[in-house]
Amino acid sequence: MACRFLFAQSFFQFVKTLDILLQQIINGLVQGSVYSMVALGYTMVYGILGLINFAHGEIVMIGAMVALSVIQLLTGSGLPIFFILLISLMISMLVCMTLGYSMERIAYRPLRNAPRLAPLITAIGLSIVLQTLAMMFWGREYHSFPLLFTNSSVHIAGAVITEVQIIIIVVAMAMMGGLLMLVHHTRLGRAMRAVAESPSAAALMGVNSNNVISTTFMLGAGLAAVAGIMISANYGIAHYLMGSLLGLKAFTAAVLGGIGNLRGAMLGGLLLGLIESLGAGYIGDLSGGFLGSHYQDVFAFFVLIAVLIFRPSGLLGERVAERA
Amino acid sequence: MRNALNIIKHHAPNEKRMAWLAFAALTLILLALPFAVDDLFGRGWVRVLDFALLYIMLALGLNIVVGYAGLLDLGYVAFFAVGAYCYALLGSPQFGIHLPFWIVLPLGALLACIFGVLLGAPTLRLRGDYLAIVTLGFGEIIRIFLNNLNAPINITNGPQGISMIDAIHVGGFSLGRTQEIFGITFPSVHLHYYLFLIFTLLVIFVSIRLQDSRIGRAWAAIREDEVAASAMGINTRNIKLLAFAMGATFGGLAGGLFAGFQGFVSPESFGLTESIMILCMVVLGGMGNIGGVVLGGILLVVIPELTRHLAGTAQQALLGKTVIDPESLRMLMFGLALILIMLWRPAGLWPSSQRRRELTSSASSPNA
Repeated sequence: MACRFLFAQSFFQFVKTLDILLQQIINGLVQGSVYSMVALGYTMVYGILGLINFAHGEIVMIGAMVALSVIQLLTGSGLPIFFILLISLMISMLVCMTLGYSMERIAYRPLRNAPRLAPLITAIGLSIVLQTLAMMFWGREYHSFPLLFTNSSVHIAGAVITEVQIIIIVVAMAMMGGLLMLVHHTRLGRAMRAVAESPSAAALMGVNSNNVISTTFMLGAGLAAVAGIMISANYGIAHYLMGSLLGLKAFTAAVLGGIGNLRGAMLGGLLLGLIESLGAGYIGDLSGGFLGSHYQDVFAFFVLIAVLIFRPSGLLGERVAERA
Repeated sequence: MRNALNIIKHHAPNEKRMAWLAFAALTLILLALPFAVDDLFGRGWVRVLDFALLYIMLALGLNIVVGYAGLLDLGYVAFFAVGAYCYALLGSPQFGIHLPFWIVLPLGALLACIFGVLLGAPTLRLRGDYLAIVTLGFGEIIRIFLNNLNAPINITNGPQGISMIDAIHVGGFSLGRTQEIFGITFPSVHLHYYLFLIFTLLVIFVSIRLQDSRIGRAWAAIREDEVAASAMGINTRNIKLLAFAMGATFGGLAGGLFAGFQGFVSPESFGLTESIMILCMVVLGGMGNIGGVVLGGILLVVIPELTRHLAGTAQQALLGKTVIDPESLRMLMFGLALILIMLWRPAGLWPSSQRRRELTSSASSPNA
């Protein structure tokens, strides 16, 4: 009798933890798909130019902020919500792509043959400038991002997934699929891969590598704009400093998957999202209550370091030649 | 300084005398600087000077890792934090321990050195940007632990930080208050200036000696081509670890001095921005060149202070009112300065001559 009672209790416990687990996985996937989208921007630029675009996180922030302003402008206009969202998405992508393009022209192209760390410093400078400009335009306060959909949600085995989260996952998957198609099955994609392989050889084959590089920056910026809107819609807030930590995490994700590799960035992003969300949920139990959920970031970095010790070029990264 | 010595060695007696004169003049200027700055610009700028010296030490420490050995470290501030917290924990009411300066400072440097090896050991196989992200992660890990180690046992006092840290005592002589020596009054900031100056000169001296040593050449070889260096019989593992350890030691040293000077440490001072700032000093000034790094350190401490004054008062004077928030304008100017200086001089303001030769001979390789 006692045995049966114990069994029932532990089974109940198991079901209860199962739905928490499921919830953590869903949250992780949502967060992870945003990381993936941003990580793609890092990885594409890295694959082609071999430089870390440290200002990429700020593009995500600008994307979210521009969308926020457009939505606020159009809210009273009586347009259907779908249109408002579409228009804000378009404008925000346009602004970010312009930004990505001008960024490359101003801060990276003049330094293409400079020492490796020079573009890193201009990127940091750009990131400071963009952050400050955003602070001057949108102020220091946290903006609440308008709720665009009904707050309805789906319940799966005790876990709750909101409509926004479903849309985020679907859109992210669709866009990433589209990007893979673009890179592997179009003329532009072939040109991108050729430039990544060797800019000079690609140029000899008639590829305008400057155009390809500009396009790459614009593609990454477009993805970043969408990612910015997604993350703001998910958490309901936008802030001028939101880009730096997100950018950092996305860069970590890109490295985790093997920087320069598109599928690696997607995998790395999803994994990082899952690791963070599961880590935050279970780190307390794992460490016997010594470490709390505020060690979430530590967890992510420990996993990154552990992965890199065993696979020094990331999960899907190829073993690159020692020197080009 | 090195140029001065070279000139002394190789040139005619007349030039030798000139070099000694220049050397003496430099010494005099450095000694009189805090008093001159105090008189001309005010006490606040002497404090800026002290910080400039601290950052020069940090930048020179990072220069060993990034400039000499070519290992991109984005978490360098972690070692600064280790040194500072070591001093703070062993010289404050936090645990009621009040060990003397001459014990705590080397201890902090040693501890930072151990952390340097701890970071270096697992990252030996990584190169380039993978190393950058791991060091960045390491820096964040240290900061997050400092932020959260107030529970369940209170070690670091969490985000509030540790205050009331003992002032630096040299013998029975406290640097924490105004002292009178030979009839001259030395305020506390002036005393710290001289102490920091001594340590900065020490760090510069060690940097010069390292650069010209067997180890320095080994670092340069690893930086240029690790495989070739290893084929030449260089133990790349030990030499890389040594670079991390040496850089970290300087960081820990500066950290201890910072804690004693400031009297207060909190995790906020050791964020990623700080690491990036130190890296900017190294790259902006001229990687691998001691003079350049010193220049970078001075500039990046002085420019933000200068723009703070410009953004507020100059705007008032020119336009008659404050149009743009001075703090924003200051950051804007700082960001633009970083971009413009880098576009203007991609190899840094004062690059090392050796680096310049390398650059002109193989400018086409994108990964170089």
